[in-house]
Amino acid sequence: MFAQEFMRHALVAGSFVGVASGLVGWFLVLRAQVFAGDALGHFAFTGALAAAMIGADLQVGLFAATILGGLAMGVLGDRARADDVAIGAIFVWILGLGVLFLSIFTTGRSGSDGAAAVRVLFGSIFGLSATDVRLAAAVGAAGSLLVVAIARPLLFASLDPAVAAARRVPVRLLGLGFLGVTGLVAAEGSRAVGAMLLLGLLAAPAGAAHRLTNRPYLGLLLSALIALGSIWVGLALAYYVPRLPPSSAVIFVAVGAYVVASVSSLLPRRARGAEPRGART
Amino acid sequence: MVAAVFQGLSWDPVADVRELFRFPFMVHALEAGTIAAVSAGVVGWFMVLRRQTFAGHTLASIAFPGAAGAVLVGIPTVAGSLGFCAAGAILLASGSGLSRGSGGESAATGSLQALGLALGFLFVGLYGGILGDLDSLLFGTFLGVSSGQVLALLGVAAAMLAAVAAVARPLLFASVDPEVAAASGLRVRLLGAGFLVVLGLAVAQTSQITGALLVFALLVLPAATAQRLTVRPALGVALSVGLALLVTWLGLALAYYSEYPVGFYVTSLAFGLYVVTRAVESVRR
Repeated sequence: MFAQEFMRHALVAGSFVGVASGLVGWFLVLRAQVFAGDALGHFAFTGALAAAMIGADLQVGLFAATILGGLAMGVLGDRARADDVAIGAIFVWILGLGVLFLSIFTTGRSGSDGAAAVRVLFGSIFGLSATDVRLAAAVGAAGSLLVVAIARPLLFASLDPAVAAARRVPVRLLGLGFLGVTGLVAAEGSRAVGAMLLLGLLAAPAGAAHRLTNRPYLGLLLSALIALGSIWVGLALAYYVPRLPPSSAVIFVAVGAYVVASVSSLLPRRARGAEPRGART
Repeated sequence: MVAAVFQGLSWDPVADVRELFRFPFMVHALEAGTIAAVSAGVVGWFMVLRRQTFAGHTLASIAFPGAAGAVLVGIPTVAGSLGFCAAGAILLASGSGLSRGSGGESAATGSLQALGLALGFLFVGLYGGILGDLDSLLFGTFLGVSSGQVLALLGVAAAMLAAVAAVARPLLFASVDPEVAAASGLRVRLLGAGFLVVLGLAVAQTSQITGALLVFALLVLPAATAQRLTVRPALGVALSVGLALLVTWLGLALAYYSEYPVGFYVTSLAFGLYVVTRAVESVRR
């Protein structure tokens, strides 16, 4: 498996994306903003289509759409904490724009560029070049570092915004910045597992980690590890099982981990603290 | 510029409107759009009130794997998407009871949606050929609606509106203040689960015909605008339906006279109304 270059590329890029999504996802679940991750995945699709339409680099469109989209959701939401309805509203409109670009694109010219847009939906982790891997590693590392850097104040601002604001923590700015980082990670993640499945990588490992522990830093670590494990196991599965799409495989593993974690957290606790072990699949 | 985009538009508005009803496909589209707008306006108002937009989008998304799975095993696509949406609604309802807090609920909803889509891509991969139809499964336009489909849509919408009307008062109570409602003997969780199932079935059936995007747009935006404008329930529902009808009719008419898709016009008009409402509100404050 490791003899194949495309597989090594996929594993390296996937690892960085996985860790970053696990970290971002943990805060998304804490702040009940997983819907924002869902929306950003779809923004990536519109951004890529827009870039393809004007003939720009797909990457530029992807990153611009998700980062700007994240910030816009923060601005529309109350107190930069994008709420359900604000996310839904902007989400719908961006999808509408996507439909417009798609129609302009398919009536304008046909062929290879359309396939590129569909790849954004599905992800193309087995088709990454060495340059793509370097970009994924850089973005993944940057995203992870940014989240870790603001982890403490963000945690405070998420758990008790009123007290945090009174203690002069810039709650609104943190919320906006966090959504911007989420957009950054979402753009790179949409290349790995596809714009539509990115949501699973953000929600499932983080949901599992929240089920297993209430301690914040342990939870962050656990979330990143489960996401990483999902990528590795999923890619290996996709390599050995024919016709299983890699993005689907990764999501199956991640959601499986979430289900196992939920079930194990419902079982009566035998001994305190013994729970987190063994629940990771 | 305007003339270039909207070909065939004359300067006589009456003739232009009459022109809209000349072709059967356009009449069917207007009928289907009207039915979808009325039912989405009502159900969407409750969905926005209950802050369940994410759940609504998840149900709209998992209609696609249901349809893809049905194609794979060779049963009608409607059966597949209805089955998936109903199962998804029940899973969501039971999941939200088990998970602690809104964060856990959003993680459960997101995981369910991702799982559904991952299954959908697997089905598409196994079938190996309906990729060309992915656009229409996801985004759909309702310019190919038959009169039989309009009747089916009417039946589903009538049943759904009757169900919502029957539980409207308790559902409103349970949505606004779940704790007091539970204390006064209402079965809040059962009501919530029932509402999700109705939402899921409505979304599944309507998105078969109009595409998931349009259903979702009509569910969210008119209701969100209406709730910004008034807090009175009856007026809010009426306003939500009215706005949904307005954007649907305008969107269809604009799409008829131009080469761009209905989905773009409907979402842009509805989003524009929402943004204007928010802007006026913040200026007044």
